[in-house]
Amino acid sequence: MCLAIPGKIVSISGVDELMRVGRVNFGGIVKEASLAFVPHARVSDYVIVHAGFALNTVDEDEARKIFNYLAKMEDLTELKE
Amino acid sequence: MKFLDEYRDARAAQKLAREIHRITTRSWKIMEVCGGQTHAIVKFGIDELLPSQIELIHGPGCPVCVTPLEIIDKALKIAALPNVIFTSFGDMLRVPGSSADLLSIKAQGHDVRIVYSPLDAVKIALQNPSKQVVFFGVGFETTAPATALAIFRASQLGLTNFSMLISHVLVPPAIETLMSSPDCRVQAFLAAGHVCTVMGFEEYFPLAARFHVPIVVTGFEPLDILHGILMTVTQLESGRAEVENQYARAVRRQGNRPAQELIHKVFKVVPRKWRGLGEIAQSGLGLSDAYAHFDAEIRFGVATHVVREPKECIAGTILQGLKRPAECPAFGKLCTPEHPLGATMVSSEGACAAYYRYRPFAAKPEVVA
Amino acid sequence: MKTLDPKVNLACPLPRSQYPAILMAHGGGGRLTHRLIEDLFGKAFCNPILDTRHDSAQFTVPSRRLAMTTDSYVVQPLFFPGGDIGSMAVYGTVNDIAMSGARPLYLSCGFIIQEGTLMETLKQVVLSMRNAAAACGVQIITGDTKVVETREKPELFINTSGIGVIESDLAIGPANVRPGDIVLLSGDVGRHGMAIMAAREGLQFDSMIESDSNAVHEPILKLIAAGLEIHCLRDLTRGGLAAALNEISESANVRISIEEKLIPVREDVHAACEMLGMDPLHVANEGRFIAFIPRQEAAKALHLLQQHPVSAGSTVIGEVSETLPPMVTLKSAIGTNRILDMPSGEQLPRIC
Repeated sequence: MCLAIPGKIVSISGVDELMRVGRVNFGGIVKEASLAFVPHARVSDYVIVHAGFALNTVDEDEARKIFNYLAKMEDLTELKE
Repeated sequence: MKFLDEYRDARAAQKLAREIHRITTRSWKIMEVCGGQTHAIVKFGIDELLPSQIELIHGPGCPVCVTPLEIIDKALKIAALPNVIFTSFGDMLRVPGSSADLLSIKAQGHDVRIVYSPLDAVKIALQNPSKQVVFFGVGFETTAPATALAIFRASQLGLTNFSMLISHVLVPPAIETLMSSPDCRVQAFLAAGHVCTVMGFEEYFPLAARFHVPIVVTGFEPLDILHGILMTVTQLESGRAEVENQYARAVRRQGNRPAQELIHKVFKVVPRKWRGLGEIAQSGLGLSDAYAHFDAEIRFGVATHVVREPKECIAGTILQGLKRPAECPAFGKLCTPEHPLGATMVSSEGACAAYYRYRPFAAKPEVVA
Repeated sequence: MKTLDPKVNLACPLPRSQYPAILMAHGGGGRLTHRLIEDLFGKAFCNPILDTRHDSAQFTVPSRRLAMTTDSYVVQPLFFPGGDIGSMAVYGTVNDIAMSGARPLYLSCGFIIQEGTLMETLKQVVLSMRNAAAACGVQIITGDTKVVETREKPELFINTSGIGVIESDLAIGPANVRPGDIVLLSGDVGRHGMAIMAAREGLQFDSMIESDSNAVHEPILKLIAAGLEIHCLRDLTRGGLAAALNEISESANVRISIEEKLIPVREDVHAACEMLGMDPLHVANEGRFIAFIPRQEAAKALHLLQQHPVSAGSTVIGEVSETLPPMVTLKSAIGTNRILDMPSGEQLPRIC
């Protein structure tokens, strides 16, 4: 079960943890998402949102790792089709 | 979109593919569990980039596909009742039951609405106190926190006009069932990334050890899938069988604790029938006793009945990775996305639907105008 | 809000109606029908041909080939960011005429109105049609009104037909598509469908995606006036770019190859599609077209198209190849190839 996309938290409202809601910017589209399951999330964090719910914050250091790995890889000959 | 578009970079994909080629010395069969991964593999042609020794087998990770016909028929019965507003994710609307689908029920004038979030269904219940609002709760563990919070909220609000028809399924029991089958050829798994965002990946360690299969938690973009395959093949080539996390930017080992707590509060583990696979013990979620009064099956008294699948449909063998869509005699002829016979053609993520849409096959019929 | 030709008078010419909503009697052919025609349609669409109030419109056209089209508009909601059913009906009809390389001249419009539709709603739609017609330089010269019983809620449907004159000798149509032809796309895709999706399904986005509903005949007439050879044109509507390409591939019996990275999609449309699990290539458009141009003229055609506001975002997206069997192939963002199939049925949002 799959379709969850990353967005940046623009603002947060709601006091009760389970009713905490954020306005999240997905590439220019701003939509509300429940932050009930990410109590540690703050404005400017990126979150992964599925069916209107943030399931986790994006770990930006981990996100970079694959690109660091790719940068270190040797250039091999072009993949022949 | 940040954290999405950069994982579709062509040069990076080619680099990962080249590395996979470099390290592959033998044939390997890898199953990707999640329908979203199947969709990405076929849509982006990821398997075209792989060496021919690597076979990707498409697993049963499509909750829409594995929802039993009986439950869809129950949904149709409830949706056709007067005074009911039936709400669902868009995915389920075109899934045919024994004779109709939710879209045709809607066309007959019944109140069937697509919602983006289960909380929207709760809002609809608040706005329509004289109607019964039912939500079709389908999904893997990824969606369970959302449906759990909807039930919890409805309970807090004391709503008597909200209920849920539940068909949640759990991934690890399905993997165990597949691996226990004597016909199983799968040698490694790409675990479903977003399922693990919620549940973590502790449950996979005993499976990896017991069946000696690498299990790599993998994301959904092309670079994620290629990277996950690279990590998997690296393990296979060196005889290791460990659990690794490719999708570390979104998945922590312990998963999402607040989400798990709410799931355990609102739901309990129950046996579930998987379309194409049969009943698997302890493989689904149903409402816990404290919340059982929100169960739409009980509220509307929809009786269970036996439904026979079309005899031409071999979805079960496809979901287990034993056959490919093109090997089905009905593929592209009797069975198409417009009139699907079974589970795997029904949702755009099912293996048959994905292949029909994106792959040239000799079996593909002329395009119908 | 689109910028209108300053010649268009935005002041409302219509008298106030004493009926706040449409009744069955408005379609009965009697006094109320007569008043509706005189006070609303007649005043809004006012032109000498319509003013004859005859059963059929009589008009003269130069003795050339004509192009004719018909279409029906059933969009919900009636008013959406970037347009409404009225303007969409006019632009859509004009666009279909333009796809034959014809200059659009006259439209008919038939209304099927459910009883209970607010008169004010009908007025807004009619005014929008008047303004759209004026902006396109076309006249609405005949029409019809029927009133039917309401189903769930009052709705309004519009049927149109359109006539245009083909001023050149060009034969434009799928039969003229040739291997080697370049495929041009007139701008970014997916706006209309996502605007409707957001408005209709209650999937509210805080920032608005506007429909691209617009008339595209002018840049096409410019191409023709410049003496360029055009093999085929197709406007993108339901089913999006994928449907249009597949229709032509099948009619013309050719293989069309396009590249995903060449297809412009605005960031907000891309984001909305990702959120709802939809493919922008399958999403409806209302102000975009594809053109099949012989290779040696493609650069010039592209330059001309880019000079006009409605096709300023024009770009090359692919070509027609020699290979068979006919199909549409797409080179994906990561460089692999797959079939771009006809979308099946209504595009629904998904979470799976």
